Amino acid sequence: MPPAINGTGALAQNQIMPSELNRLTIAEARDRLRRRAISSRELTRDCLDRIAAIDSKLGAFLTISEHAALEQADAADKRLATGDAPALCGIPIGVKDVFATRGIRTTCASRILENFVPPFDATVIERMRADGAVFVGKTNMDEFAMGSSTENSAYKPTRNPYDLDRVPGGSSGGSAAAVAADECVAALGTDTGGSIRLPAAFCGVVGMKPTYSRVSRYGVIAYASSLDQVGPFTKTVRDTAIVMNAIAGGDPRDSTCSTRAVPDYEGALSGEVKGLRIGVPKEYFVDGMQPEVERAVRAAIAGYERTGAVIVPISLPHTEYAVAAYYLVATAEASANLARYDGVRYGLRVEADDNITLYNRTRARGFGTEVKRRIMLGTFALSAGYYDAYYLKAQKVRTLIRRDFEKAFADCDIIATPTTPATAFKIGEKTADPLQMYLSDIFTISVNLAGLPGLAFPCGYDGHGLPIGLQLIGPAFGEEPILRAADAWERSFTPRHPAL
Amino acid sequence: MAAENYEAVIGLEVHTHLLTRSKLFCGCSAGFGAGPNDNVCPVCMGMPGVLPVLNERAVELAIRAGLAAHAEITPLSVFDRKSYFYPDLPKGYQVSQYDLPICRGGYIELPPAADGAQKRVRLVRIHLEEDAGKNIHEAGASLVDFNRSGVPLVEIVSEPDIRSADEAVAYLRELRTLLLYLEASDGKMEEGSFRCDVNVSVRPHGTEKFGVRTEIKNLNSFRYVEKAIAYETARQIDLIESGGTVAQETHLFDSEREETRPMRSKEFANDYRYFPEPDLPPIRVGADMVEAIRAAMPELPAARRARYAAEFGLTPYEVGVLTQDRETAEYFEVVAAAVENRKAAANWVMTEVLRVVRESGKSFAVAAPPPAETAALMRMVEGSKISLTAAKTAFAAMVKAGGGAAATVESLGLAQVSDEAEIAAACERVLGAESAKVAEYRAGRDKLFGFFVGQVMKAMGGKANPKIINDILRRQLAG
Repeated sequence: MPPAINGTGALAQNQIMPSELNRLTIAEARDRLRRRAISSRELTRDCLDRIAAIDSKLGAFLTISEHAALEQADAADKRLATGDAPALCGIPIGVKDVFATRGIRTTCASRILENFVPPFDATVIERMRADGAVFVGKTNMDEFAMGSSTENSAYKPTRNPYDLDRVPGGSSGGSAAAVAADECVAALGTDTGGSIRLPAAFCGVVGMKPTYSRVSRYGVIAYASSLDQVGPFTKTVRDTAIVMNAIAGGDPRDSTCSTRAVPDYEGALSGEVKGLRIGVPKEYFVDGMQPEVERAVRAAIAGYERTGAVIVPISLPHTEYAVAAYYLVATAEASANLARYDGVRYGLRVEADDNITLYNRTRARGFGTEVKRRIMLGTFALSAGYYDAYYLKAQKVRTLIRRDFEKAFADCDIIATPTTPATAFKIGEKTADPLQMYLSDIFTISVNLAGLPGLAFPCGYDGHGLPIGLQLIGPAFGEEPILRAADAWERSFTPRHPAL
Repeated sequence: MAAENYEAVIGLEVHTHLLTRSKLFCGCSAGFGAGPNDNVCPVCMGMPGVLPVLNERAVELAIRAGLAAHAEITPLSVFDRKSYFYPDLPKGYQVSQYDLPICRGGYIELPPAADGAQKRVRLVRIHLEEDAGKNIHEAGASLVDFNRSGVPLVEIVSEPDIRSADEAVAYLRELRTLLLYLEASDGKMEEGSFRCDVNVSVRPHGTEKFGVRTEIKNLNSFRYVEKAIAYETARQIDLIESGGTVAQETHLFDSEREETRPMRSKEFANDYRYFPEPDLPPIRVGADMVEAIRAAMPELPAARRARYAAEFGLTPYEVGVLTQDRETAEYFEVVAAAVENRKAAANWVMTEVLRVVRESGKSFAVAAPPPAETAALMRMVEGSKISLTAAKTAFAAMVKAGGGAAATVESLGLAQVSDEAEIAAACERVLGAESAKVAEYRAGRDKLFGFFVGQVMKAMGGKANPKIINDILRRQLAG
């Protein structure tokens, strides 16, 4: 197993071989690019070579934009030479295939968008592009972000870099695996019920779902509009802060996006947790969870206590209703969001003599099983006579869950929980039982329903060497305290690296 | 029972485009008449990942309409998604409003009927929504033009307070006039920017209970509304009289056959699955915003009508014509303010000015002389500087060549002759030449007086002051 390269210490710097620049963190690469010790072209080349070498095994990418990436790298090098270099200038990024990318095929891992090339960029892509980021390709995902394992991709499964027989988590599994396997320096994902945090935990990388409204959703292909949120996958917490600095903030094209000022997230990383009150909810340590996960999470919490944090037992009593409420709200919104894929204007069309047949055939062939299941569920939940019993009730549960958190944050500053009840499962293990699959998200879903920021990062490994994720949850717009606490942990933790 | 023993119960749903420059949720032009799919962008085409951003002007115009209709402005209203599949509906749902519309209640006061009766039609609601695109079928292909997709609409829903086709048309005219005054809508039915669905049922006079109603869609002129209601009312009465029952269904009006036909149930039996639009925050309308909009409102037709009747002593008919839209009323007011005889000004605007505007099909500003010039012409008539006939000639020339009143009268030599000596000489010449007729007149054929006036006028090239001719002729004939 290669030595760890994460962290910001001097240790890593001399151990990176010239052909392994792809193993750098953003912070490390930023420093070398600015010093002109390396070029973005070299860094990008190493990422592309890594993709060429291993992605046939890993399956993290759906589209590789080699030519465009090298052009962007050259442009970044020119900009770096002038001394005008934003943090992401020249940094190779993987982009979940849910983001609209101008001129680059965007499929959402669905047959229905197999040949769709958007004429516009998502706002986050536009912002990163303006900063000089290099986009190496579009990463695999569960179709329309519906899933917890990336097995619902219409094209191929992505595999876990720590064990190719296991899933990387989902729905942003491609982005998580790509970062874990050094195919890119960082990646973008989206998180509707855990789709960043779960794969981050399974793949041993850092993944953050910001507060709902903190990052623009414009150009993010919608799954569930009131829950979807954009966030980064990175090798370190510091890198997550760097990406957040680049992507957070108001957007006139997204009316739900907050105009609240964006703090300097990287500047918030003081390493200090003394006096920080960390709430530990009893509902997040459940029967049937993997004992190694509970042990690692409790050990991490004990570690915080040793370094001066105050541990506060708390209760989030409505947690048990979260999964049910989520699958009503999310599917209801999805049933409308996915109505636009009708074969009329773009994407797949299966010809027919009349409209209804055209819709039926196009959607029957274009959508996968899980997408159809969720459209049916959501359509049912919104139907006349059922709306009050399902959709409306789920919204009420959502309010109760939000209040649980508000009450808890009166007694603590952040909340610590496991990210998932177990480490990565085997490919095919849960595909036959959708309910079992849905339960993978029990610790992440409440955070989306409440609109709060959540951060997942590695805190240990199980007996198979699979990563275990700790989740820190902040109050609304409380990204800084969770980033600070996670960074403090990371300073004394040596993450492993997958052998591929 | 005979047909006259039934009354119709009618409610109307009016959809009208709001006069905004851009669409409801994106920056594309909301204008009419561009080439197919010229005014489109990823947002109004329903591309994956796009989001709506609300046009504030549309909200203001909807509130204007609400205030003018005495409606309650909802402090917090919500957009909802209305789901159905149709090729012209790019997102598979229409962003509309369901249980929290922007305006609730209110009423439209109809102009007094001929017998002076007053009538109010109450409103249920006014809500904001986006329009869909347009399907075009040609050469065996179906095409969709999305220019109209996302153009802002308000839907104005009345209570079933209307009892006849005439009342329905009076309501629509009044509503249209109101929206024109507010500059909220251009009211153009032929371009589809003012459309109407009608709900009709019948019941025996004197009963409380509503009958089963049908909805008639596709009505794009006042005449069609009238015909459709007449047809549908008669159809329902016949059906009931022959022992049948009315089915609750949606009909389409066939303008060629002038009849309504039920649509296939598949075409309207929708469960729209409304739920709050998660991509748009609720619309919050504070009291200051409402007051600011109220303060900026123009004088409304009802107030203007009352003022015209009181200040100018005009008949209800004259008031109605002059206030039918803001341009006519404003033109009239400039003319009326500059002349002594308001009634004459009213007649002139109603006949001469409206005729040229109507015939040209263009706006007042383009078709008619500036109101100040029309007023100047009227003042010349009042001051006996020109005759009414000459004024008409001058006006026609002003419309055609665009000159001012004074210059036109001057260049056409239309100034009236009021010189008594000159007129007296002409009268003497005419009476001298027509001595036989003079004798007949003096013997009692009074009717010949008009002939003498005509001859004098002819002799003076039509420019003599007719009043002076009259006076002098009477004196000379009496002498």
